[in-house]
Amino acid sequence: MISFDTVTKTYAKGTRPALDAVTLEVERGEFVFVVGQSGSGKSTLLRLAIREERATSGQVHVSGRDLRTLPDRKVPHLRREIGTVFQDFRLLPAKTVFENVAFALQVIGKSRAVIRQTVPETLRIVGLDGKEKRLPHQLSGGEQQRVAIARAIVNKPTILLADEPTGNLDPDTSRGIVALLERINRSGTTVVMATHDAGIVDNFRKRVVRLAEGKVVSDVGGGDYGASVGSVVPDTGMPGSGMPSGSDTPTRTMKLPRLGRRAPDQEAPPPVSEGTDEAGRHTE
Amino acid sequence: MKLSFVLGELAAGLRRNLSMAVSVVLVTMISMYLLGLGLLAARQVDTMKDYWYDRVQVSIFLCVEGSQYPACGGKATTADQREQIRKQLEQMKPPVKDVYYESQAEAFKRFKEQFKNSPLAEQATERAFADSFRVSLTDAGRYDVITSSFDGAPGVGRVQDQKLLLDKFFTFMNVVSWAAIALSGLMVLCAVLLMATTIRQTAFSRRRETTIMRLVGASNATIQTPFVMETVVASLLGSGLAMGLLYATVRYGVEGYLSRALLDTAFIGLSDVLAITPWILGGVTALAVLTSWFTLRRYLRV
Ligand SMILES: Nc1ncnc2c1ncn2[C@@H]1O[C@H](COP(=O)(O)OP(=O)(O)OP(=O)(O)O)[C@@H](O)[C@H]1O
Ligand SMILES: [Mg+2]
Repeated sequence: MISFDTVTKTYAKGTRPALDAVTLEVERGEFVFVVGQSGSGKSTLLRLAIREERATSGQVHVSGRDLRTLPDRKVPHLRREIGTVFQDFRLLPAKTVFENVAFALQVIGKSRAVIRQTVPETLRIVGLDGKEKRLPHQLSGGEQQRVAIARAIVNKPTILLADEPTGNLDPDTSRGIVALLERINRSGTTVVMATHDAGIVDNFRKRVVRLAEGKVVSDVGGGDYGASVGSVVPDTGMPGSGMPSGSDTPTRTMKLPRLGRRAPDQEAPPPVSEGTDEAGRHTE
Repeated sequence: MKLSFVLGELAAGLRRNLSMAVSVVLVTMISMYLLGLGLLAARQVDTMKDYWYDRVQVSIFLCVEGSQYPACGGKATTADQREQIRKQLEQMKPPVKDVYYESQAEAFKRFKEQFKNSPLAEQATERAFADSFRVSLTDAGRYDVITSSFDGAPGVGRVQDQKLLLDKFFTFMNVVSWAAIALSGLMVLCAVLLMATTIRQTAFSRRRETTIMRLVGASNATIQTPFVMETVVASLLGSGLAMGLLYATVRYGVEGYLSRALLDTAFIGLSDVLAITPWILGGVTALAVLTSWFTLRRYLRV
């Protein structure tokens, strides 16, 4: 679904590369946490995947497209298949919840009928039904992030990229947001989430890719935050993680920056419990 | 993209940026009004040329008693000489179209009529005038034929071509109208710079929206169209107002006043305003589209 092959990104000549020969494969339907210190290149990785930036060298493939050769005029089509969510929500303050979500469809030319049907549906999935008419400032941070997620998935993207979506939220709210992302992931959407939040990573036991100074320093399936650091591998879950860890999944710690193709953690995931039909999903 | 959505966003954009939109409207209005005035002045020159060149005459002044023309030698033209000149003129059709004889007394009368509001009329005496043949030509440019045949002929005091006088006047008028057009060119430059600044400002104040549009995969056209449309609408509004002002100027200033005060000449009319309207509106639209396109390429990342 997303593959990086020895990708290097240098912003300005003479500076340390933000990404340094990164090779990474994300399969369809996977849920991946990308962790690492501030400045390690997490956001850069996501920006390369939506062609917000171009790789200095190496190849980036996203849903079957070679982003190096993709012409500029086709970039919008790429982005219609990818939902994006950010730490700062990026909602339009003058538009209501409904309008904010509808905006994403309006600007790609969807008909009013489609909008009237899809937007309420999506708001129900993210748990915001009944709040359609509110303005962003009348919502809590968690709710605002749900609006942003609704906007990101309203066009039924195959990939959802989240750059520290819980960065502004308290731990409980954060867990709610990631649980929502997990639900979206179970309906078949590939999710890549960059985060600093150890608690969250430990809680959800997903694949964890750790970046340091632009290099992939570890890549573990069903891992926790500590394990991915590579030095400390605790037997027990981190304190405060109230969820059963289900740590029968083997934990690998790798120091190698290079990693070949890896199998997804799970078999084909079950559909979302709301019974949303996924038939309308983008396939291009 | 749905039309109602586009129009809604357009109205919202103009409302949010009202002071900028108003300044674009006003500057466009003033520059287009000036440009229109310049163009109309040029057309006025053409209109007068058409009118006057049709009426342009070559005057063959004869000698009278005590004539100041050196060629006369102080003697008056005899009746024979006069008939000789008339006969020769009649034989020269064409380029001669009409020949009309005006006596000294008639010339004096016409002068007094023309300058009845001026102190000149009181000072003039009949003696300052002369008998003349007024010759109109089929082609105003051919006056030299008359000059070469009659200059220095017996009984002829002087051959005078009105076209030479008129040409001096028209050259002056042309300079004036071109100066107006050049000045309006500077104003148009101001308008373009203001449009560019406005777009830059708007792109900045709307970067949140355009960022989201970009992220959800809106096409470049979708992202840029509102900016282009806003500029086009504001500048068309401005030039529409300018055309209205020009219309009023010609209707009340020229048709309502000048052409009544000066019956003796031809003036432009509303049809001339109509004739330049499509050029001005089309030019403004092209300018607005080009300006926004260039500005957006620089300031709106897509
Ligand atoms: N637009 C840019 N121009 C120049 N340098 C940049 C740019 N964006 C990021 N960088 C640099 O690239 C490196 C990686 O930045 P990036 O934003 O990817 O890190 P990050 O892991 O997302 O950090 P954080 O956790 O703080 O969000 C940093 O050294 C940063 O200074
Ligand atoms: Mg970042």
